[in-house]
Amino acid sequence: MVIYGVAILSLSMLAGLFIGDLLGIAIGVKANVGGVGIAMLILILLDNNPRKKLQLSPITARGITFWSAMYIPIVVAMAAKQNVYAALAGGPLALLAGTLAVAGSFVLIPLMTKLGDEKRRLKEEEPE
Amino acid sequence: MILDTLTDIARQNSLIVSFVVVGIIVWFSYFLSRVLTQGRLHGSAIAIAIGLILAWTGGAAKGGSSGLADIEWLAGIGIMGGAMFRDFAIIATAFGVRLDDLKNSGLVGAASIFIGVVLSFVIGAIVAVGFGYRDPISISTIGAGAATYIVGPVTGTALGASSEVIALSVGAGLVKSILVMVGTPLVAKGIGLDNSRSAMIYGGLMGTTSGVAAGLAATNPKLVPYGAMTATFYTGVGCLLAPSVLFLLVRTLTG
Repeated sequence: MVIYGVAILSLSMLAGLFIGDLLGIAIGVKANVGGVGIAMLILILLDNNPRKKLQLSPITARGITFWSAMYIPIVVAMAAKQNVYAALAGGPLALLAGTLAVAGSFVLIPLMTKLGDEKRRLKEEEPE
Repeated sequence: MILDTLTDIARQNSLIVSFVVVGIIVWFSYFLSRVLTQGRLHGSAIAIAIGLILAWTGGAAKGGSSGLADIEWLAGIGIMGGAMFRDFAIIATAFGVRLDDLKNSGLVGAASIFIGVVLSFVIGAIVAVGFGYRDPISISTIGAGAATYIVGPVTGTALGASSEVIALSVGAGLVKSILVMVGTPLVAKGIGLDNSRSAMIYGGLMGTTSGVAAGLAATNPKLVPYGAMTATFYTGVGCLLAPSVLFLLVRTLTG
């Protein structure tokens, strides 16, 4: 049933957020550490399990894929509730700091992608 | 009287109203994408840009902090676009991801989180110094804000920064998040953002969950789970490093 999928997705989220909060407390940080990422991992592990008995039926899966398909509309709503006004009113310091941080990070992406790739290739070329 | 009835219904069913409003924005955006750009600019990129413009209008009209959602009959936008549904949908995108793809780039993805936090912090700190700040607390708070708009105030509160500096750090984080939303589809080709590996690195370096979520949606929705996976660890790592190691570093450097 569709609700099984929705329930599995919800349970993954709550479990992930709980672990993320515990992680935050453990390292002494006032923030959730990777709760959403951990929830994603839980869902991926459930989905990738080798045991056939636990495999989700197509209808159950629909309870998850619906929310995946709602992702872009939800992101559009998220964009529409951003505090754009405050961002633009933040003055030159906020504008410059934010812009340069983004530019610097963009530049680093191709470098890091290549670096990791090269390491992997070297490893693969090593004689067995 | 008819108008009153309509606004009453809209107010009492705000989440449903937001589904209609977002549906219209998305439809209009895909129409513009097809007609004006022959599909070159992704419909979702246009929809996100329209969302941001509407958010600015809402903020300008109402003076609140939730963009369009501050307009009473559009309050449902705040629920639909809030952290709860955002995270729920992000997690749902992970369904169907192959575990091997994550494993292959796990290490470089994790490294990118730490490098991303330090890089943004350092850039923000340098800008703060350039604008005349000399005390390590203000410099660190603004540097933390350049990481994300959550790391900024968390760091500022922990260190005891002034509210003016904390506001600046939030401003820097907001600029970053919005720029990532708008900029990602424009630079994606140039930086090779077209596979799971570079998406994980992108998420780790950028770190703003909202920015990454929207940036990847506008570029290629298939990449969303990979970028979101690393990005959601970023704020936690930032809150760990900024008020501790990075602050100590700034204090040492400023003497």
